[in-house]
Amino acid sequence: MGNGRIIAGCLAPHPPHLVYGENPPQNEPKSECGWETLRWGYEELRERIPKDEYDVIIVHSPHWRTYIGTHILAIPEAKSISVDPIFPNLFRFHYDLKVDVDLAKSIYSEAVGKKLDMKLMENPKFRVDYGTIVSCHLANPDWDKPIVSISSNAAAKYFNVEYMQELQTHLGDATRVAIEKSGKRALLLASNSLSHRHFTIEPPIPEDMSKEHIYHHGQYLWDMRMIEMMKKGQTREMIDLLPDFTQQATAETDGGSLTWLMSALQYPKYPAKIHAYGTVIGTGNAVASWKPEVGGPA
Amino acid sequence: MNPEVLKACVVPGQPQPLMVPEQNEGWMKLRRAYDEMAKEIKEANPDVLIIYSTKWLSVIGHQIQARKNPEWTHVDDEWHEYGEVEYSFNIDSELAHQVNEACHDRGLHTRTVDYHGFPIDTGSIVALKLLNPDNKIPAIILSSNIYADRTETVVLAKSIIDALKKSGKKAVAIASTALSNRYHDQMIDPKEDRIHSLKDHEWNLKMLEFFEQGRLEDVSQLSRQIQQEARVHKVTNFKPFWWLSTMMGQTNYLEGKIFEYQPLYGMGGALVSLTPSDRSFGDLEYDEADPENFQGDRNVLKSEGTDSDESEDTGGKE
Repeated sequence: MGNGRIIAGCLAPHPPHLVYGENPPQNEPKSECGWETLRWGYEELRERIPKDEYDVIIVHSPHWRTYIGTHILAIPEAKSISVDPIFPNLFRFHYDLKVDVDLAKSIYSEAVGKKLDMKLMENPKFRVDYGTIVSCHLANPDWDKPIVSISSNAAAKYFNVEYMQELQTHLGDATRVAIEKSGKRALLLASNSLSHRHFTIEPPIPEDMSKEHIYHHGQYLWDMRMIEMMKKGQTREMIDLLPDFTQQATAETDGGSLTWLMSALQYPKYPAKIHAYGTVIGTGNAVASWKPEVGGPA
Repeated sequence: MNPEVLKACVVPGQPQPLMVPEQNEGWMKLRRAYDEMAKEIKEANPDVLIIYSTKWLSVIGHQIQARKNPEWTHVDDEWHEYGEVEYSFNIDSELAHQVNEACHDRGLHTRTVDYHGFPIDTGSIVALKLLNPDNKIPAIILSSNIYADRTETVVLAKSIIDALKKSGKKAVAIASTALSNRYHDQMIDPKEDRIHSLKDHEWNLKMLEFFEQGRLEDVSQLSRQIQQEARVHKVTNFKPFWWLSTMMGQTNYLEGKIFEYQPLYGMGGALVSLTPSDRSFGDLEYDEADPENFQGDRNVLKSEGTDSDESEDTGGKE
């Protein structure tokens, strides 16, 4: 086996509001509309990366937060209802998904080889986190591709963002090597928002877009700075700046998803395609993709 | 003193004492301490248990569990290899709604949750399974709002007291929280568990010394310093003892009992009860404010004469 490759990497944020706005049959709550800019951005992403181009989706989720090592979902299938503990009024999603256990175990082995603390999640009763579900649903609403879900280690809180980035850099390398050895074509999703300060009040109609805007201008400026670097192919510089961004914009990059993605993609020097930027309950979210075959080698 | 609250309890929210106590002598001691505390609570004969869980995080104000009989098979995100916990809890839905209304009366943003499959957090599950094993005492569960600071937390407790007065019910208040909260970040042999650092251990001992003397309000007043010294800053502040002390009337007129203190994968796990008492270390003059209502977050950086009079946090507010 060999010749596996990453066909694309995406910044694929997971606000449950986007699924709520989309009204898929799996989600119990129903909306009138909402957060169209971001949802249309995901539509464009799906057009740019059609599902016949990949065999598996690998998602790194800040909402499966682990404190002792990094965990990888390694059960062949998972079926349950995911209720968001923070927005249960918006997200009660019936999921039924398949996991590429072979690839999950291969990523685990490669990461262990790099001295990372890793754990396989093999409990069949485990409930998959909603970050994984939202990002995967919006990338592929048909759910007809297996996934691998990787937890987010809390190293940024326990040590600092720099230390977290060291871990995620090794994890990204391990992920890429495992994909290459597998012979599979993989789509990678970093499931995080950019700036991440929420409003603490929800409008009576959650999808009332007249109430939706960035939490404060400083967050917006930081988000634009990061997006400009993505557009210019300055991803190494972006990752160097990420500790400051994470602190100043209370960014969800503290979970390591974006660092993992950039490492796996070997820090692209070609521009990202920015599909959308929008806010969700005050947080800043970008849908972006890096496609090596289009952009050229890293 | 609030006569509506018969007792305050501190318990750790980690799953080891419930699921794998046999793996470590200290975890087994904590398990036995839970059993002992359960007897003490039963003897107090409360109408309801009120749990404030630091493992249930919320963003849109505080949330209150109001589903009468939530049932699920729970697997912990971190320690999934321990297996599953089947639960079926007895929630005092009526009181949950009364607390919600009382919170609104004092200006707080709260809401009840009543959904099948809602993920009740590990800390609440451990507390209810071990302290109320036969489910005879109804309970309510409160989230910990990640953005709340002292005012919202104190006012939350005062709102609960309002609701208890209205209902005529007597409660035991339970804070599900670690003392020091730094895990070992690498996998360890359970037999070799220890508090993560000597500094964490010393701060835990200081808290326990105060608890043993009944000085709950003194620990509450020290919460900001404890957050700096012995807590990983996952949320804005160390809030559970603000809540617990306000539930007890913000006083040191309490009798403290330390059931156990042991490491839980590096964290400080303690079971403590505090019961109203005439004996006391004495109340002191305190620096922290004693708010009655929550008036919203104020934009202290706003200059006079600026256009917007919105507070920073009123994104969706009319």
